[in-house]
Amino acid sequence: MNQSAKMIVVLSVFAVLSGAILAGFYHSVHPRILKNKLEEERKMIFAVLEGSKSYDTVEKTIKGAKGPEIVKIFVGKDESGNIVGYAFTAKGPGFAGTIEVVVGLKLDKKTMFGLRVLNQKETPGLGTKIAQEKFTGQFKGLSIEPKIEYVKNKKPTKPNEIQAVTGATISSRAVVNAVNARVAAVLDILKEENAPPEAEEGGANGRR
Amino acid sequence: MADDKSLFSVFKNGIWTENTITVIVLGMCPTLATSNSASGALAMGLAATFVIICSSAMVSMVRNIVPGGVRIAAYVLIMATFVTVADFYLQAFFPEMSKVLGAYVALIVVNCMILARAEIFACKNGIAPSMADALGTGIGFTWVLLVLSFIREILGSGSIFGFVILSENVFNPWVVMILPPGAFITLGLFIGGINYFTKHRGASR
Repeated sequence: MNQSAKMIVVLSVFAVLSGAILAGFYHSVHPRILKNKLEEERKMIFAVLEGSKSYDTVEKTIKGAKGPEIVKIFVGKDESGNIVGYAFTAKGPGFAGTIEVVVGLKLDKKTMFGLRVLNQKETPGLGTKIAQEKFTGQFKGLSIEPKIEYVKNKKPTKPNEIQAVTGATISSRAVVNAVNARVAAVLDILKEENAPPEAEEGGANGRR
Repeated sequence: MADDKSLFSVFKNGIWTENTITVIVLGMCPTLATSNSASGALAMGLAATFVIICSSAMVSMVRNIVPGGVRIAAYVLIMATFVTVADFYLQAFFPEMSKVLGAYVALIVVNCMILARAEIFACKNGIAPSMADALGTGIGFTWVLLVLSFIREILGSGSIFGFVILSENVFNPWVVMILPPGAFITLGLFIGGINYFTKHRGASR
């Protein structure tokens, strides 16, 4: 066999072998990877839906700024099936990469149960503080009306204000903006979802 | 060639005399990036050690059938396969760790340390010495990474492995230590210290 034929054969065999090994390994661990991701989401959702024992997922496609977006709302329920609140995810650009948070909304749809950071790639030691209790704890019982605001280097005075992390205003602002941007869409969907009997009757009446 | 004594000296070489980080100064990207927390450093060290042992063994095994012209491509292919396996494994069984390391796991494939061991050692030696060499290099990489991360995490976050050691009330962490400049400062002083030490010890030996 001449030299270049040998090169081709050897590399091809290597590529096929490594492809086969990877496909096999991926196949065996993929369900676990998916499970980990779902479990983390579940954990976060329960963390922001106080008193919930289970939740239903409502998926709606809305018109976003850049084409259609999927909004997922998690309706939290207690043991007897009563709705205790709503959770949704929101994401937006942070200082580095995308920040994704889970937000829990109380039944009155005006105050928050709390907020947890799902994903972030902020600067370690500065921006990553947005994932710590000291920052996220401020969202407990926070009013979302008219919208969430942040203040710098002083204690928040209004019910809809939080204090930005010192040295990480951009990251803090990103969280606030992401939530604010999502709230309107979520409230719209909840309005539709929450009045199904009337809406259906109305529709039927209209056709009659 | 592969008697016990030479196996051991090959192993020791990687840990101290030809340490990847302090002497050869290869693999700087993961060293600088993942040494800001002890747990990240340990995970990176172990993942890189796994990859280097597997790839060195593999490279040594196939060294006589790979034509010279495509040897680098073949080595990178072998390394990439093991790196991806390690990446999946971390994602499946240590999701927290995988999150901390992020893209750096995938970047092990371009860690010159591994390619260097394949090219300098594994492609010219048998499987046993190649694995001893890889193990030494991997452990050498891991211990330096751990020492750097201890220094950086204690000074930068006041903790080790995430456990608070210096509370924020007594000690105000030097945030710079966990940022990139802290990595360069620590690494530079550390290598300087090692060189000073070996020079003086070497003279008396």
